[in-house]
Amino acid sequence: MLEMILISSAKVIAVILAVLTGCAYATYMERKVVAYMQHRIGPSYAGPYGLLQPLADAVKLAFKEDIVPDGVERITYAIAPIASFVPAMLIFAVVPFSSDFTFFGYDIPGVISDLNIGVLYVLAMTSLGIYGIVLAGWSSPSKYSLMGGIRSSAQMISYEISYGLSIVGILIIGNSLSLTDIVSQQASESWLFFGNWYIVKQPLGFLLYLVCAIAETNRAPFDLPEAESELVGGYHTEYSSMRFSMFFIAEYAYMIGVATVGTTLFLGGWNGPFLPPIVWFVIKVFMFMFFYIWLRATFPRFRYDQLMQFGWKVLFPLALLNTMGTAAWVVLFG
Amino acid sequence: MKDILKAIGNVFIKMPQGFLVTLKYFFKKPVTLDYPRKKKPMVPRYRGKHYLERYDDGTERCVCCGLCAAACPADAIYMEPEETEKGERKAKVYEINLLRCIFCGFCEEACPEEAIFLGQEYEFSADARNKFLWTKQDMLVPHPRKDNPFKRILRRVRKVYGTPEATR
Repeated sequence: MLEMILISSAKVIAVILAVLTGCAYATYMERKVVAYMQHRIGPSYAGPYGLLQPLADAVKLAFKEDIVPDGVERITYAIAPIASFVPAMLIFAVVPFSSDFTFFGYDIPGVISDLNIGVLYVLAMTSLGIYGIVLAGWSSPSKYSLMGGIRSSAQMISYEISYGLSIVGILIIGNSLSLTDIVSQQASESWLFFGNWYIVKQPLGFLLYLVCAIAETNRAPFDLPEAESELVGGYHTEYSSMRFSMFFIAEYAYMIGVATVGTTLFLGGWNGPFLPPIVWFVIKVFMFMFFYIWLRATFPRFRYDQLMQFGWKVLFPLALLNTMGTAAWVVLFG
Repeated sequence: MKDILKAIGNVFIKMPQGFLVTLKYFFKKPVTLDYPRKKKPMVPRYRGKHYLERYDDGTERCVCCGLCAAACPADAIYMEPEETEKGERKAKVYEINLLRCIFCGFCEEACPEEAIFLGQEYEFSADARNKFLWTKQDMLVPHPRKDNPFKRILRRVRKVYGTPEATR
């Protein structure tokens, strides 16, 4: 029993550390990749190739004065960063990052908690993140924050539906809500190692997931809640110091979160030939993240009405179509 | 129906095209110069900071004739002559006011002794106005010089201005 607790805590700590480091270096990667795509060189002063830049940023943010503006609703103002940070980290509790492995004679499952409703849990956690943003927008005495909060609540609720529906296809085929089951369903012994991945069976679902995940995490080109050119910083305009960095870490943790979930659901999780499972997992998440940043460097931001129109008139019907098509296929041929 | 086809076309043709553009630039070498750490090599005829040449034995070329000061359109050069032990003329004071200098290069054209040249250096910011007044010591080439960064320019100047066939 004690062993179980120790192993679990060790895994939790390892995953949290990995995710936080991943968040830090996601900012570095984003700055570098976007810089190169814009013919610049990006951060290059702190350490070799600017590799210590995230560290420098963290130190800078930690030592900044924590300014609480006049007229804030203190309790919600203080809760908001935590409310957006914690659910983002909680996503990783159910993501299988490796196959089961043996470590000093102990059999360790490659997932913190194999929840049998893992997919629902992930959806719940991604939805919970919205509270942080709405509360931040509401408690700040600033119209920019309020606008950002309102926009993000409308946007996230609209895209939540398509986000959930894009996964339903997999659930219909796989007949399970456990992420571990879904990964093991995608394993393949043949030379065509990606033949069983759900991206092959659910290409439309994957596209929808991709788009909705970006909108869910408020990333460019759907980054209306923090549209710099019109809303200053959006919901986190009035935040500074560590509270601001909490929002920042939360945003990147969400990005990594939906990337890992997308990898697990559509790209076969840790399945892959030759390399160890964890390496495959990291490679796939990395590709997902690279796509995110690539997308940010490529497309301009949506207008608000376009965003809503796109969400309700394009993504939602397509997601419904995908769900119904998959269901009909399973009923007729499955 | 037409709109749907157009949307599908956008997703499968236009958007990948856009992605390819950014990907193309991702693999190109950025043009940014990492400035304070790496400096841009200037073109050979760049007119930067002045320097005063010496003969090979170390004596100054400048004889303080005043032609450069006369040629200077900005009136930036001030000089006072003196006599050496051998009885030759040389400059006691030779000052160029950078705040007046327009880096036109007329002084190096006017110089009959090929003593003054505009070099390659272009970083001369200072925090006080009097630091822009360059004296002879600031501009004289060190005597046992470690390398000869100006040789190429010297030769170019001789070819263009010094020899008769080049001027015609």
